[in-house]
Amino acid sequence: MTKEAKESDKFMALILEGILDPRNYSNKRWRAGIFEQIIKVILLLVSAISIITTVAIVSVMIFEASLFFQNVSIFEFLTETRWTPLYSSKHFGILPLVTGTFLVAFGAMFIALPLGLMSAIYLSEYAPDKVRQVIKPVLEVLAGIPTVVYGYFALLFISPILQSISDSVKVFNAASAAIVMGIMILPMVSSLSEDAMRAVPRSLREGAYALGATKLEVSLKIVTPAAISGIVASFILAISRAIGETMIVTVAAGQNPTFTFSPFVPIQTMTSYIVQVSLGDTPTGSIEFQTIFAVGITLFTITLTLNMISQYIVRRFRNVYD
Amino acid sequence: MQYLEKEKYQQRLAQRQRRGKIFEIMCIISITIGIGMLALLLWYVADQGLHKLDWQFLTSFPSRFPERAGIFGALLGTLYVIGTGGLIAFVLGVGTAIYLQEYANDNRLSRILQVNIANLAGVPSIVYGILGLEIFVRFAGLGRSVLAGSLTIALLILPIVIIASQEALKAVPSSIREGGFALGASKWQVVSILVIPQAFASILTGVILAVSRAIGETAPLIVMGALTFVPFAPDGFMSPFTVLPIQIFNWVSRPQHGFHEIAAAGIVVLLITLILLNSVAIYLRHKFSKNLEG
Amino acid sequence: MIDHQTIIQAKEISVHYGSKKVLDNVSFDIGENEVTAIIGPSGCGKSTLLRSFNRMNDLIPSAVVSGEIIFHGQNIYEPHLDPTEIRYQMGMVFQKPNPFPKSIYDNIAFGPKVAGFTGDMDQLVEESLQKSALWDEVKDRLKDSALALSGGQQQRLCIARALAVEPEVILMDEPCSALDPISTLAIEQLMRELKKQYSIIIVTHNMQQAARVSDKTAFFMNEGDNIGLLIEYGDTQKIFSQPEHKTTEDYITGRFG
Repeated sequence: MTKEAKESDKFMALILEGILDPRNYSNKRWRAGIFEQIIKVILLLVSAISIITTVAIVSVMIFEASLFFQNVSIFEFLTETRWTPLYSSKHFGILPLVTGTFLVAFGAMFIALPLGLMSAIYLSEYAPDKVRQVIKPVLEVLAGIPTVVYGYFALLFISPILQSISDSVKVFNAASAAIVMGIMILPMVSSLSEDAMRAVPRSLREGAYALGATKLEVSLKIVTPAAISGIVASFILAISRAIGETMIVTVAAGQNPTFTFSPFVPIQTMTSYIVQVSLGDTPTGSIEFQTIFAVGITLFTITLTLNMISQYIVRRFRNVYD
Repeated sequence: MQYLEKEKYQQRLAQRQRRGKIFEIMCIISITIGIGMLALLLWYVADQGLHKLDWQFLTSFPSRFPERAGIFGALLGTLYVIGTGGLIAFVLGVGTAIYLQEYANDNRLSRILQVNIANLAGVPSIVYGILGLEIFVRFAGLGRSVLAGSLTIALLILPIVIIASQEALKAVPSSIREGGFALGASKWQVVSILVIPQAFASILTGVILAVSRAIGETAPLIVMGALTFVPFAPDGFMSPFTVLPIQIFNWVSRPQHGFHEIAAAGIVVLLITLILLNSVAIYLRHKFSKNLEG
Repeated sequence: MIDHQTIIQAKEISVHYGSKKVLDNVSFDIGENEVTAIIGPSGCGKSTLLRSFNRMNDLIPSAVVSGEIIFHGQNIYEPHLDPTEIRYQMGMVFQKPNPFPKSIYDNIAFGPKVAGFTGDMDQLVEESLQKSALWDEVKDRLKDSALALSGGQQQRLCIARALAVEPEVILMDEPCSALDPISTLAIEQLMRELKKQYSIIIVTHNMQQAARVSDKTAFFMNEGDNIGLLIEYGDTQKIFSQPEHKTTEDYITGRFG
């Protein structure tokens, strides 16, 4: 038996003894002591809810997804390039949804990464304090706008502009969603990267300046490499967010699961597929219903893996300064 | 001589400084693009929707005709679902934070709890919808009701509330606790009488920010079964419902321009609500830091 | 006593941080190929003065430097001059060793690279490490992280790093205060070697160190609200045996400070 197990056994025995002995009930001190213990147990149970949530998410997914995989082979799921569960001729390849998701996510990163990183460098190394105090909260507002609003903007403002540039751009397309999504995650990249850079001690910068380096050289060759673990972690978290994003793509990217790399045609992402099924009249227990969980578990696994990689990178590669 | 002579050095230095200036300009452009897009978006929404924003809009239910449609049902739905969900998350979240900060030892269990909470915060919101669908709607038999929606929302924002509350509790100096214990107070007395009041404004700020996030959430509620066309006011916890962002989504998805306009009007209402909530949070934060200094 | 040439002249240097004055009207000369020590109790602007020599105070937004520092016949504070060039001509070693989180090799190569060095970097790195008496200890692990070195080794690395850009003057801000006695002695020995080729200005809290190592000493004192003032400047021997001012004598004999 572990030490803690022995102690809690003793503890429970004491409590039971106490509860069974009526003389204790008039003892104020004993009552107060029990009260304290009860509070602690209540709080512990409340905290357990967070664990239960995780367990529930995982079990629900695994349970329903396993039902799905009784009817569809994993091989087909992972390699088939057609996703047509809602049609009469059903194919269950996840690739179109995955490529759609990554097309938009990478497109968003294409914008958010450079803009976010440069914003971070500016705020951390160049901007005077007063400027920083104003700009930082304004950028945070970008992160606070509900995604359905971004979806609206993507479909009704950005998409027509893209269409006026080129005829081959369709109304629903990955590009408008990606552009808008990029702006949405920009503050995430910017804020986390800036935190990482500000954590680099001043003494490092001074050492570099004292050697005759310019501000650009200090920022790019000393500070950024020193903060790189935090910066990379911010990129990965941003990608994870982009992959899990739902409303922008549901409104603007289309409902057409297709295995393509073109950003100008309608596609479908994992998230918008789940929304599509949820909005329809799918009978629960049917294979179409179960696709929600098959796609859901894929999405969950991808984002969880990315988040854990990001945590690992920070743990393993962060520079520890005295 | 491997090093440059003075003139060459100065030439090169001038070049290095020029590169620095160009980079600085690029950085400023990056920030401008971000802020510019924000301004553009806000302008576009206001331009498209402000003129549709009137009392009739706020008090009507959705309809087949955009001229007669309104967000009343959605507003009530948001109030009930997010309000209840926020309350539940507040109670559970603060409780968890108190346990983790004040009671738990630094052992394996509490570290697992912390990592778990951090991971939950990063789970896509739609997954919470799937969870809510299975556990609350189906398994617990609550159906596609306000209650199921509240619980789904509560779980969604729970990790945020926990993390924010923990930060608030961490910020309370240990001298306060030590003073309490020295006077012979019990753990719960110290926590409830000394620590929580000190941290309360910060906790409240965190909850308000979590709730303002929840107000904009669309996907989890769609998945767990909120309706998109609700021409009635939700009547009780077991009633079907919709929320404002879903109503907006419904209108955006329609081809008619009239619906796009009232979608914009709905967005204006949504954004104004968020601005108000966030202002309250910021005001609380300022008032609280003044209290610390004063 | 060989009369050395003057390499730097400080002329009526005053420094303010915002509205607070921290240095008042400092004027004296630094001799070439000498070690000049700046001593005095804490809070009298010694580090601030040192940082004025390579315009490091420019990095602090609220700092205002008035007066002149004459180097190579011109005032380094001329508005049209780029402080980067001055910093390139002077090396600086800080109180707490601050190696970059890079390899030993890359630490040393950084300065020369940004300055446009085109020669044999390997050779330059080796020479710099030899000059700072660190080569033998690290020659087999140049690619290792600099952060893995001990405190004394890190400081010698910082010295090597400063030497790699071939400065004329080396500014040292209490370089030994974070080090153990053995490393301290090693660095003091280094200074005696280095002064043959370079001019060294060292700020130190440690009077005995100043007496051991320097040729000239400048004694500072704070008047009133932490405003630094130069009390006396001259040959180290003289300052420590026959100081002209009573304040100097009091400090030297340990009556305060």
